[in-house]
Amino acid sequence: MHIKQETTERHTLSVTVDNESGILARIAGLFSARGYNIESLTVADVTEDEKISRITIVTSGTPHVIDQVVAQLDRMIPVHKVTDLTRLGPHVERELALVKVAGTGDHRIEALRLAEVYRARVVDATTSSFVFEVTGGTEKIDKFCELMREVGLIEVARTGVAAISRGREAL
Amino acid sequence: MTAELTGADILIQSLVDLGVEVVFGYPGGAVLPIYDALFKQKRIRHVLVRQEGGAAHAAEGYARSTGKPGVVLVTSGPGATNAVTGITDALMDSIPMVVITGQVGTPLIGTDAFQECDTVGITRHCTKHNYLVKDPAQLGDIVHEAFHIATSGRPGPVVIDLPKDVQVATAPYRKPSLQALPHKGYKPQVKADTALIEAAVEMMAAAERPVLYTGGGVINSGPIASQILRELARVTGAPVTSTLMGLGAFPASSPQWLGMLGMHGTYEANMAMNRADLIVCLGARFDDRVTGRLDAFAPDAKKIHVDIDRSSINKTVRVDLGIVGDVGRAMEDMIKLWKARQHRSQDMKPWFAQIDEWRARNSLKYPASTKEIMPQHAIRRLWEATHAKKPIISTEVGQHQMWAAQHFTFEDPNKWLTSGGLGTMGYGLPAAIGAQLGNPNALVIDIAGEASILMNIQEMGTATQYRLPVKVFILNNEYMGMVRQWQDLTYAGRYSESYSDALPDFVRLAEAFGWKGLRIEKVDELDDGIAAMLAHDGPVMVDCRVAKLANCFPMIPSGAAHTDMILEPDEVIGEMDDEAKALV
Repeated sequence: MHIKQETTERHTLSVTVDNESGILARIAGLFSARGYNIESLTVADVTEDEKISRITIVTSGTPHVIDQVVAQLDRMIPVHKVTDLTRLGPHVERELALVKVAGTGDHRIEALRLAEVYRARVVDATTSSFVFEVTGGTEKIDKFCELMREVGLIEVARTGVAAISRGREAL
Repeated sequence: MTAELTGADILIQSLVDLGVEVVFGYPGGAVLPIYDALFKQKRIRHVLVRQEGGAAHAAEGYARSTGKPGVVLVTSGPGATNAVTGITDALMDSIPMVVITGQVGTPLIGTDAFQECDTVGITRHCTKHNYLVKDPAQLGDIVHEAFHIATSGRPGPVVIDLPKDVQVATAPYRKPSLQALPHKGYKPQVKADTALIEAAVEMMAAAERPVLYTGGGVINSGPIASQILRELARVTGAPVTSTLMGLGAFPASSPQWLGMLGMHGTYEANMAMNRADLIVCLGARFDDRVTGRLDAFAPDAKKIHVDIDRSSINKTVRVDLGIVGDVGRAMEDMIKLWKARQHRSQDMKPWFAQIDEWRARNSLKYPASTKEIMPQHAIRRLWEATHAKKPIISTEVGQHQMWAAQHFTFEDPNKWLTSGGLGTMGYGLPAAIGAQLGNPNALVIDIAGEASILMNIQEMGTATQYRLPVKVFILNNEYMGMVRQWQDLTYAGRYSESYSDALPDFVRLAEAFGWKGLRIEKVDELDDGIAAMLAHDGPVMVDCRVAKLANCFPMIPSGAAHTDMILEPDEVIGEMDDEAKALV
């Protein structure tokens, strides 16, 4: 007997929650307990009084599993609202990466040239290294890191995806 | 300025303000301040169990039989972890429960202190919500909110972890209003969307072969919901089946009653589900024990699902119409609309004629015996002797539980206490104790197996201490019968570790706890034995020796379709393939 695998799709969810201790453990724990995937998760408080946090979760699963993820998140007591941005329609997704590249000579020049193409900013420099700050969609960051590997990438830190719907309507 | 109270007194005062009458608990180091506060008051009755697991199940039995939330008080560390099974059980079966656990003082949290455990972390997945209280000023609001969460929407257990220093520290307390509770986002939807109710009523009026498939949600919605269900069945003329958890919501004496459905349900209930053109699921959740093989489940039926928990809808079975709301309210709205539109149901005669053909299979029949007591027969005799008294029946988990569900029929809600979702052996005795405390004048019987009863046998002492006249009726076949039955079915009768060896003498065990002990060994002793059990006004344990190798039928093997039901014992011995072995 073998375990069957099913085809999945990627969804970006926005979850507003009470900003209280343990909330992240609750959310992350739900995903592990029910066997859902987390590709990335970001969280920060977003209201003036710091009482509400916004969590952006990128998950993957069959459409049926995505429905369940939304419903299961929605029934948690500290959760105010769950929005499936992927299903809602056009939205903007961005993440930020800090990319450290070490090297000298041609590699160094090539790294700078590529950074310019990707509109990455140099936020730290030594005679043998750069730290680039780059923002964009996940694919752009992936591609940038891939290219930088060829010219001396030694370390990456990424924020994960923050996302918001397009247009004037708020969630 | 309001006078300040200690955290322990705030807790007690909150419980009093919430109308709590009974707390099931066990003291320990981290709850000593609360126990001292309990000692100094007379408004709340504390019931001392013998192990914290017993407290949680007793609270479940109390809640399920009274409709009020069960309250548990245990210490930190092992007190909390012992309660975890009962908390999980309450989550699975949607039982309203509030568990207060002691915790080491806040400066000690995280230091691996004596009797410290991460209670909030451990119980995060087995509660509807939980709290760690770090400030006595927040305690009152949290206790009130915990009860609100435990009892509203889909009920469930809530844990409040209370560090010892917070129990001692002082703060002002005033009874909060519901609007002032901390979690503003929690607003369960009670009233169903009118358009969806309209659609449901249209579908019901058009159905030629409808089935009302009801569950524990009808019981949770309150006794009135059971009355509304009867009215809905009356106006629509539809047959009614129920899950294990929903038994009693619809009277078994009704000609519209099909019996329980699912793995050990009746032939007529499962066949009706299979051939129905409309299934109306009311407060049930398409559990795997109910549906059998999903791709063969009710293939011709449109499906309506009414549930207060949105996540239950489309979780396993895709439905045509999902309705979020309280099932009692939703049924009431359906009846109103049905009457207002002067709907008449389709002619149900052909459907009931078909159902009667299935009923004629008499799927609950069992081999008669004069030499040994058939367990089904014992339950039927118990029913004969007690049903006029409208007893509350609890069970442990296993064959005896399924036989009780099949053969001990119910007319009213809140009379049937069983561990359905989690399937917890050892549930029945403490649940019976909790039910007896909540219903002092009721006849409460735990129908047990000899293996299950040993899992919480220590609670006999609780019944003795509080003079609770619970009856424990053990169907003793010297096997973990359901395990053995599956070994018959799946593993060619290799009885790996399923024999109950070295059993105690249950009669002498009963006497050791100050109970009356009785043994029934022969068929002709059965009625007298039951009469003797009922005649004694204190707790009684009956060791009823039943046929050792009887199995529970009908049965849908795990992962099989409703139409693949096994009706006869001789169809079962064999070995199954790996796919079947992997199913629970």
